[in-house]
Amino acid sequence: MTLVQAAPPPSTAAADAVPAAPRGRRRGGLRNLGWVLFFLLPSAVPLLLFTFVPMVGSLWVSLHRWNLISSPKWVGLANYERLLKDPQTLKVFLHTVAYIAGYLPLVYVGGLALAVALNQRMRGRSFFRAAIFLPVVTSWVVVALLWQWLLNPANGLVNHVLAALHLPTPGWWTDPDWAIPSVILASAWKDLGFVMVILLAGLQAIPSDLYEAATVDGASGWQRFRRITLPLLSPSTFFVVVISLINGFQVFDQVFVMTGGGPEQSSQVVVGQIYNLTFRYGRAGDASALSWLLFVVILVITAIQLRVQRRWVTNA
Amino acid sequence: MKRSSAVGWLAVGCTALTVLAACSQGSATAGSNSSSSSSSTESGSTAASSADASTADAGTTAGSTAGGSGSPSTAASSSAPSSSSSAPAGNTTITYMDFSASGGHEKDLQKIVDGFQKENPGITVKVQNVAYADYFTKLQTAVAGGTAADAFELDYQNFISYADNGALAELSGVDRSVYRTSLYDAFTMDGKQFGLPESFSDVVLFYNKTLFAKAGVPLPTSSWTWADEKAAAQKLTDKSAKVWGDYQPITYNEFYKALAQSGGQFFNADKSEATFSSQQGTEAADWLIGKSGTVMPTVAEGAGTPDFDTNLFKSGKLAMWHTGIWMFSAMADAPFDWDVVVEPGNTTKASAMFANTVAVSASSKNQAAAQKWLQYLTASDTAVSTRLAASWELPPIADDAKLATYLKAGKPANRKAVFDALEKTVLAPVITNQQEMQDDVNDALTAAAAGRTPVDKALSDAQSKVTALLGG
Repeated sequence: MTLVQAAPPPSTAAADAVPAAPRGRRRGGLRNLGWVLFFLLPSAVPLLLFTFVPMVGSLWVSLHRWNLISSPKWVGLANYERLLKDPQTLKVFLHTVAYIAGYLPLVYVGGLALAVALNQRMRGRSFFRAAIFLPVVTSWVVVALLWQWLLNPANGLVNHVLAALHLPTPGWWTDPDWAIPSVILASAWKDLGFVMVILLAGLQAIPSDLYEAATVDGASGWQRFRRITLPLLSPSTFFVVVISLINGFQVFDQVFVMTGGGPEQSSQVVVGQIYNLTFRYGRAGDASALSWLLFVVILVITAIQLRVQRRWVTNA
Repeated sequence: MKRSSAVGWLAVGCTALTVLAACSQGSATAGSNSSSSSSSTESGSTAASSADASTADAGTTAGSTAGGSGSPSTAASSSAPSSSSSAPAGNTTITYMDFSASGGHEKDLQKIVDGFQKENPGITVKVQNVAYADYFTKLQTAVAGGTAADAFELDYQNFISYADNGALAELSGVDRSVYRTSLYDAFTMDGKQFGLPESFSDVVLFYNKTLFAKAGVPLPTSSWTWADEKAAAQKLTDKSAKVWGDYQPITYNEFYKALAQSGGQFFNADKSEATFSSQQGTEAADWLIGKSGTVMPTVAEGAGTPDFDTNLFKSGKLAMWHTGIWMFSAMADAPFDWDVVVEPGNTTKASAMFANTVAVSASSKNQAAAQKWLQYLTASDTAVSTRLAASWELPPIADDAKLATYLKAGKPANRKAVFDALEKTVLAPVITNQQEMQDDVNDALTAAAAGRTPVDKALSDAQSKVTALLGG
């Protein structure tokens, strides 16, 4: 919910007008509450049933030993204790952080470059915008299989080109050192369009008279970008960073399809580990405990971001 | 004003009610076990609990009488009267989920289903074919969610864990004399029968006769050892023509077998420790790993991806292939001459044998009908002849005379090897944390094969991990 508030700023005129009305007529506010709840229902009911109820359920499961087949056995906090001692837990978190560390800068810088480029007047602008956005609406399984082919060490297109250029040809997803970079490449490619669209919207909200004034004052192109574009784009940047971090911690599909967490667990991420624990190892209790650990980590990181954003996000 | 707000609240209230209704429905499903006995009385099969064994027996009998002589359960077919009690009930529908029919034998399974339904007009069997790769995840989820099929297929490892966890119904009144004793007993726990043997298969060495002739290498015989196989594989490999000499997956399944072929033990006698990091274990791992890149394609070249080996052999680019007899039908129309032989051993012979079983879900409302279907599926003449004609693994029946047709059912010529291999078999080591153990061993082998970890270290690391898993 906080994410929505952090999204690109609403027009100030409307923001002033809204709080004024209910203050005038309290009864009207109460009357509206019924309608507000009514219109919230279509999203609130599934949210309640398919998110909050399972969340509470997983908290309960995390306090049990359960292999999905037999009946659950109460073990208290033993699952959490074992997880914190298991070196594999730290590994999967480190792999996830490594993924984010590679993915986030790549997707942000790439998305920003594309947004700035496609904000110019040029031929075929709409075509390029649509083409770059296309992977965003494509199924992850399709994209992951596509990249698995592209990055095939023996006969993939990427290594073919690299070999022709006399560059080293990595083993990509068959090599433990390259498995996470492979996933990063595929993820950045798929999400570039999403980041571009958010930043493009942010760019278009920047009043053009600011640039005109700066040009009159003799500011160079770089100075205009550095002093006007970046600061006024910061709410969009903040949104992209928060969303990407949350999605990054929950990365699963592309890893599952491209590497299966391998070779030798070298690209196993937190959610992949949760999947393995539940469905392959029959340890639903451990998996639920790990889910809650992940939830706490994401919560803390998001809370820190919300706090820190006051220092760098410009509120228009 | 007031009215519109009332409408709003009414809507809220209605939705709240709907939610509550959905919840109570959910709890009704959860408690379905208790109500099942009453509802199933209506449908004629009163055997919801195993205490009702005698009734279950009668239910089992009902349909098989209709079929007459073809019925496998001859012991049961004598008690005709009970057919009247279940016949009027009419339509019992049971669901059956399996993995072994997908990928080529769907029609064969349907043939058996049709035969069963003809003999048992009151019972309809709904088949759910699931690919092996997804099967056990799907089954586990279905069992946990209370939506498991009435009857389902299991491999040996999973049978143990499902039976241990009370997910399987006890079977009663089965005529055990129709099954091979060792196979039937494999699915008995504490004197109770929780599964029927459905089929068995073993692994043999497939070879491409044309490639052997071209390279001038003598054909493999049952007296071959690893040394003979290696020498032949080296001569047969022709990298310029993209022809490979040998293919054997570098996996847990091949490792425990190679270990046995070298005379090693996976566990100690009381199964308290893993013991595969030994002289014999290193030999076994080296045997598999040594092939990669020399006579066999590497992982980077595609080895290990689905159907890679199947396609390689079928395209005539692979001279020797370690795989199961379930591949016979897929290779029947290969455009070259091929045959099979018992796998070479190192210091001794050891062939991998796999047995599949079928079981009735403990939560099924139609346990009697489900058991009747499973008895038909595993031992009826229709099932036996369908399996044999399609080379769909081997039926688990005791009567060897019925298996005779298998020996002459077409390619490969040396089908006798399938039975010769049974003389010295090795079963997969099974523990509670099966999947974790297999992952640990597989990871160790992959790392060693890629040269990232020395073989000895990979094995000793995996051994301590597996020993830790034995604790639970």
